[in-house]
Amino acid sequence: MDVLTLSRLQFAITSMFHFIFVPLTLGLSIMVAYMETKYVRSGEELYLKMAKFWGKLFLINFALGVVTGITLEFQFGMNWAEYSRYVGDIFGAPLAIEATVAFFMESVFIGLWIFGWNKVSKRVHAISIWMVALATNLSALWILLANGWMQHPVGYVMRNGRSEMVDFFALVTNPYGILKFGHQIVSGYTVAAFFVMGISAWHLLRGNQSSFFKASFRMAAPFALVSVLLVAAIGDFHAVEVAKTQPAKFAAMESVWETKRGVGLNLLLMPDELHECNSVEKICIPNMVSMLAFHTPDGEIKGLKEFPKSERPPVLSVFLSFRAMVGLGFLFLALAVIAVLLSRRDLLEKYPLFLKVMMIVIPLPYLANQLGWIVAEVGRQPWIVYGVLKTSEAVSKALDNTQVLTSLLGFTLLYGTLGLVDIYLLAKHARKGPDEDLSSILPKERMRR
Amino acid sequence: MELQVTWFVLWAVLWAVYFMLDGFVIGTGMLHGFLGRSDGERRVLINTIGPVWDGNEVWLITAGGATFAAFPTTYALMFSYLYTALLLLLFALIVRGVSFEFRSKEESVLWRRSWDYAIPVSSFLLALLFGVAFGNIFAGLPMDATGYHGSLLYLLNPYGLLTGVLFVLLFMVHGSLYVAIKTTGELSERARVMTARAWPALAAVAVVFLAYTKQATQLYNNYFKAPVLFLIPVAAVAAMIVIRIELTRRNPHKAFVASCVTVIMIVATGVAGLFPNLIPSSLDPAYSLAIFNTSSSPYTLKIMTLVVVLFLPIVIAYKIWVYRVFHAPVTVESVLEDKQSY
Ligand code: HDD
Ligand code: HEM
Ligand code: HEM
Repeated sequence: MDVLTLSRLQFAITSMFHFIFVPLTLGLSIMVAYMETKYVRSGEELYLKMAKFWGKLFLINFALGVVTGITLEFQFGMNWAEYSRYVGDIFGAPLAIEATVAFFMESVFIGLWIFGWNKVSKRVHAISIWMVALATNLSALWILLANGWMQHPVGYVMRNGRSEMVDFFALVTNPYGILKFGHQIVSGYTVAAFFVMGISAWHLLRGNQSSFFKASFRMAAPFALVSVLLVAAIGDFHAVEVAKTQPAKFAAMESVWETKRGVGLNLLLMPDELHECNSVEKICIPNMVSMLAFHTPDGEIKGLKEFPKSERPPVLSVFLSFRAMVGLGFLFLALAVIAVLLSRRDLLEKYPLFLKVMMIVIPLPYLANQLGWIVAEVGRQPWIVYGVLKTSEAVSKALDNTQVLTSLLGFTLLYGTLGLVDIYLLAKHARKGPDEDLSSILPKERMRR
Repeated sequence: MELQVTWFVLWAVLWAVYFMLDGFVIGTGMLHGFLGRSDGERRVLINTIGPVWDGNEVWLITAGGATFAAFPTTYALMFSYLYTALLLLLFALIVRGVSFEFRSKEESVLWRRSWDYAIPVSSFLLALLFGVAFGNIFAGLPMDATGYHGSLLYLLNPYGLLTGVLFVLLFMVHGSLYVAIKTTGELSERARVMTARAWPALAAVAVVFLAYTKQATQLYNNYFKAPVLFLIPVAAVAAMIVIRIELTRRNPHKAFVASCVTVIMIVATGVAGLFPNLIPSSLDPAYSLAIFNTSSSPYTLKIMTLVVVLFLPIVIAYKIWVYRVFHAPVTVESVLEDKQSY
């Protein structure tokens, strides 16, 4: 395999690994902050117990999110030097801003939160986890503005043999980036809400500390419902933006080959890339694809045949990933509705089957997140910066196969090990449940400052 | 001042602050098993840096991000040329971070002992690799019109290795002083003795380094052009001597301040000699990566300057505040009593 293929594989593996931890961080930070705020407001120890228990799982997850992120930043220079040289003038800025405004805040306040239970007042302690939550979401904003620029480059000119920034405002108001941010953070909240409900379900099935886990479940259920609704709503607008700015990706997402008005959506469909058509097309909802793309029934969809073969993304993987992501979205919606109804009426324990389902579906929101990224990144191919730079031109020139093969193997081994260790710790602490002995977790009333 | 020059200074400041802050974390990590004799003591060591290590590492991320934003061509070439060295550095950073976070999350002896190896090994690698990398940057990399002509083995030349050893000893002294002020009793005393033992080695290597730099690099050219610059290495040596004096006077706090100054001044010594290059070419000066031929456009530099001027002071303010919240030394009792501790 050549340096390009290996580098692509390596970026895919390292970024998807980073992205196992990111969504939970985005959502669980907010939920823990909310729990602790309720404790500070009401003084009820139940909420303190909740903040501590879910906070511990949050930290185990957070640790790997932190250490795997730096790999990505380094890789832009290590593997994608031509890319960095060519677009660094505009792409470097959001990365540097992310570090300055978000990573500092996040890392400093997480330290204060972990070690500060007895050192600062309850209020300041609760504020510190809110700062962490704010900072993680802020970091998502900047990195997604950076990625949004790769998807839909704005605010630049070609000058001195590279793209140079001329309009920072256009970069930060890029609709593509903003929609990505919106869609992404609520996908993260979905992961976190289903995580909390799933683990609670496990304990409820065993009758462990049921008041604690019922309360956790009851808190997560509406959070899940609102998040999933937003995921779908923002995702819909996101699709319109994709159809407008990256028609080839949109055509691949829906597997449309011929340019037509009023394109219908086939519920059963199988693309056939070789013959440039679909081998299966069944159960058609008339005009639906046009509706999705332009919010009008007779919108014209550009078919894949409109694009030279060398400028089409791989259709099958983009199509399947998109279908699966959207399908999962509807599944989550149904589950979240049931979860809200049952937990409101305190009926959870009457439906063990539902609890079992909730336990089993914990991995699915993670999967949906990964699939989303496959749609976004594979669908953009062969471009690394849409319409500006091809992925094949972006790779470092100074590397040879052995170097990249070695690093790829190294990352796979290291990340594989770390992944197992993390799952082991999460499972262990999730199973153990919250501390029974409240005296050991109550903050001491020895507040300095 | 031209924006490129401003960014050269900022670039240097980011690296210097990074080494000052992560230097003592690296040092504490290297001495993990040597200072911590029992499980309790080792936990104390991790808890002294627990609240701050991630925040300190972010200076590295920011230094990387700032290089990317301000000098993209340098960022691109430097990172791809030093591929394998950076890869090792990444692995060491990852292993170190995970070890701090995970070591005390499980009681088994085998578990904890494994992390007790991982911490010093990864920390030592970090110190050595950063030293080797910066030694080679000071000396220049073999690059010309056709690209880079080095390899990982090339980087292990005598000057690179010497700088590596310098960094290891520097961070050892810096870290053991940090432990001395952040712990109490026997552990603190052990750290003080450790500092006193390591100091002569540091002083000897530093002198050799300053002398050998004349031979192995062009750094002193700038100094002969503007002799006032010699104040920087002089300050480095003076601060190093102050460490020793304050140590004998049993003033570890003052000694620690002096070692902070030492770290900053050693970085400044190298960087002042580099200007206006970020990475000189050891083959042909025409192919050096300098601030004027690798920088971003003035517009980008202006935006970035604005961001830094607005946000860095805020960052520094809350960092100082959090350091003050955690000013009290860590003891075995405080670690055992706090369920959230590492
Ligand atoms: C996890 C989140 C994630 C984020 C934040 C990004 N990507 Fe991406 N990227 C992926 C997730 C991903 C992926 C899902 O892992 C891909 C898609 C297909 C693949 O193989 O990996 C991928 C592929 C991918 C490839 C290889 C091309 C391919 O095999 O399809 C390159 C060069 C980039 N990306 C570059 C970037 C850059 C420079 C980003 C900076 C913002 C970026 N991606 C953000
Ligand atoms: C490919 C692009 C990406 C790069 C270069 C990148 C870079 C980084 C870096 C350097 C860190 C470590 C920060 C630390 O040590 O404190 C990190 C962590 C993190 N990143 Fe990413 N990241 C990428 C993708 C994303 C995306 C898309 C999101 C959110 C939607 C995200 C959100 C986070 C979060 C929540 C963390 C965890 C903890 C932390 O920041 O400290 N990252 N990332
Ligand atoms: C329910 C209907 C959904 C719709 C209409 C939808 C729409 C979209 C679209 C059009 C993209 C491609 C963006 C691009 O090309 O840049 C995307 C990406 C993505 N989706 Fe969805 N999505 C849905 C459900 C979900 C669910 C349930 C999740 C996870 C819980 C999810 C997570 C993601 C992620 C992580 C991305 C990549 C980041 C981004 O581009 O925003 N999506 N989605």
